Amino acid sequence: MKSADPQFLSGLKSILGDGSLVEEREELRAYECDGLSAHRTIPMLVALPETTAQVQQILKLCYSHRVPVVARGAGTGLSGGAQPLEDGLLLSLARFNRILAIDPDNRSATVQPGVRNLAISEAAKPHGLYYAPDPSSQIACTIGGNVAENSGGVHCLKYGLTVHNVRKLRVICIDGEELIIGSDALDAPGYDLLALMNGSEGLLGIIVEVTVGLLPIPPTAKVIMAAFSDAEDAGEAVKGIIASGIIPAGLEMMDNLAIRAAEDFVHVGYPTDAAAILLCELDGTDEEISHDIGRIEQILLQRRCTSTRISSNDEERMQLWAGRKSAFPAVGRLAPDYYCMDGTIPRHRLPEVLRRVGELSRQYQLAIANVFHAGDGNLHPLILYDANKGDQLQRAEELGSRILQLCVEVGGTITGEHGVGSEKIDEMCVQFKALELQQFHAIKAAFDEHGLLNPGKAVPELHRCAELGAMHVHNGELPFPELERF
Amino acid sequence: MSLQQQIIEACASMTPLSIRGGDSKSFLGNPVSGQSLSTAEHRGVINYQPAELIMTARSGTPLHEIKEILMNQHQQLAFEPPSYGDKATIGGTFACGLSGPSRPWKGSARDAVLGCTIINGRGEQLHFGGEVIKNVAGYDASRLMVGAFGTLGVIMDISFRVVPVPAAQTTLSFSATASQAVTNVVSWSQQPLPITAAAWHDGELSVRLSGAAAAVRAARLQLGGEVSRSGDFWQQLREQQLAFFQTDKPLWRLSLPMAANQLEIPAEQLIEWGGAQRWLTTDAQPQAIRQAAAAAGGHATCYRNAQGVERFTPLPKPMLALQQRLKQAFDPKGILNPGRIYPEL
Repeated sequence: MKSADPQFLSGLKSILGDGSLVEEREELRAYECDGLSAHRTIPMLVALPETTAQVQQILKLCYSHRVPVVARGAGTGLSGGAQPLEDGLLLSLARFNRILAIDPDNRSATVQPGVRNLAISEAAKPHGLYYAPDPSSQIACTIGGNVAENSGGVHCLKYGLTVHNVRKLRVICIDGEELIIGSDALDAPGYDLLALMNGSEGLLGIIVEVTVGLLPIPPTAKVIMAAFSDAEDAGEAVKGIIASGIIPAGLEMMDNLAIRAAEDFVHVGYPTDAAAILLCELDGTDEEISHDIGRIEQILLQRRCTSTRISSNDEERMQLWAGRKSAFPAVGRLAPDYYCMDGTIPRHRLPEVLRRVGELSRQYQLAIANVFHAGDGNLHPLILYDANKGDQLQRAEELGSRILQLCVEVGGTITGEHGVGSEKIDEMCVQFKALELQQFHAIKAAFDEHGLLNPGKAVPELHRCAELGAMHVHNGELPFPELERF
Repeated sequence: MSLQQQIIEACASMTPLSIRGGDSKSFLGNPVSGQSLSTAEHRGVINYQPAELIMTARSGTPLHEIKEILMNQHQQLAFEPPSYGDKATIGGTFACGLSGPSRPWKGSARDAVLGCTIINGRGEQLHFGGEVIKNVAGYDASRLMVGAFGTLGVIMDISFRVVPVPAAQTTLSFSATASQAVTNVVSWSQQPLPITAAAWHDGELSVRLSGAAAAVRAARLQLGGEVSRSGDFWQQLREQQLAFFQTDKPLWRLSLPMAANQLEIPAEQLIEWGGAQRWLTTDAQPQAIRQAAAAAGGHATCYRNAQGVERFTPLPKPMLALQQRLKQAFDPKGILNPGRIYPEL
């Protein structure tokens, strides 16, 4: 922890009211990490502004003092995107928590960035509308954070990611200038900066207002749970369903370890002897659903599924999802620590990748529970370890890195929905070439020439890749010497 | 000489390049004077996996070829891009970022993009995104290329999502005034109905339903109206072949919030996208049209027959400055389609 320049500190105090600035070490500790708790740093200061004007003044002050700024929503991110800097200001947007407008005619909601994802759907519900992207942390995570990370969720196969559902942003640049990006119409003149802002992990600007599109709530939804005695058959079934022309609202897969953990935790009747289960949700009218369910059952049987169960009412549907949605905490009971990965692969490589993840698990002698957004090829292998035992943490991180390299090797990506943050900064060197990283840095400089917004995250410096590159190529088996990662 | 080599040389000699695919949309935006750079020979589908719902194609691949290949697998592009003739290429389609009648319900050209390879103004070949649906590694530079008219990079190949052709489709028509038409579609769009297009012109509202046969049937019963219009109507609308578009007057495209009130501009009007895209043929003052569009929360583009008019709505100063810096970041010498969108980009 570093102490702030007195002039900077007094500037901040003149902008913020009482109780809006955190300076004491013990209170600062509450902000030392986000959902990636292995990476902790105590910030220099935490500001909790309440108005856009305050955000503008704070950024101007940081700009003139060259103080780096890290934005934070609810701190539920899993890649360390909101990990503070010891010489930086942590800008919490928690107090930007008002829903400004629900416009049913234009099917949109305008909200402040600190509004929780689920709160938008709750506010839209009286109009028969909802906000589709539903990251599993949706009861806690904020829409500002969702935009910063371009969050996904169970339903993005059918309804898209955050980037497909955001219409307009009000953004404050590092020099305090306000920009309107996107519009209340379906497009805006000039370059599509909305595409850039979604998933920019707080490196380009501070979001102070978000307008999202809303969708009509589907009249009916049903879940089919299918069990398999071979996980590769489940992977084949996923391929079969997508190829049939049906786009399910959600298509999830869990392997045996994840099934047992979830069943033990929430008791929803998962078949604990199955090698894998698929959860396939269909939504729409009753007519559509009964038609599609028949076809899906056929496909499942052709792929040697051993049993199916179809939710007969909403309660049962929620119950079947409860196991999947609590998979992370459930797995968390199996070992003192777990490390959640987030690679994406082309769906047709799923059976092969499953097999190779199993081999890596044996090689590193660490158990892996697999939970997938199978419909869109997004894997969440959960590596179980005990940080207090020998080199297990180190092995877990190395195993995780190997899994991400495998994802890139089969044509996928190192992060499907959790973001790069500080966590996967090294794996970015595997996915991108130097010229591409340079282009990313040039984009960043167009928004933030002095590199004050969330520096050190999302895009690695080239020299860092050069050092790591040598290590990957020549001594692939060696553990990372990057001490700051632990 | 390869495209990359041509760009490297143009960069070295600071020669502006006028990028062309099939030359089908050169009427859009400002004319570019420069050495011609043609992607037409850079063609072919690189990867098509019907079961994955993705395709990767070289930029010069004709759009009609892609549509045929998809149709053979009973698939299509969700955003129904216009071709404006038979020469359109897939690269040009994404570079111009145009979306057809399904846009408000099925997403835009940009929404379909998964990744691309470009050559920037320094002649560097760069790859962004990929062939997977979920990918948040690095800035989303591939979707940034959509609608950039090649001014940030020449698209070499592009990966995009495709969708199954709906099992059933029908078009209903209703007689309505313009404002009734918008009110109706706005209200229907708040219900879970399989609407995939809605257009109004000359007292008639047409609504297309697509999806599972049962859902289309149920919606037809609920909405009433008359089953009419062949599917050709939507194609002619998309391709601007309807009589409405056959004029020498300036054709304006207004992009507005769907439920926006009727603008008080003397014009012939055709409403698309349930109200979110409104075409005007009019001699009204550009300034008046732009002001009215802005007041309604949208913007106006002079689409065809523009004379001495800035084609796209001018950007506010700080936004223009940012976009200039972004242009610089990709094309420091300003050789890629300079001025196509704005003189400053």
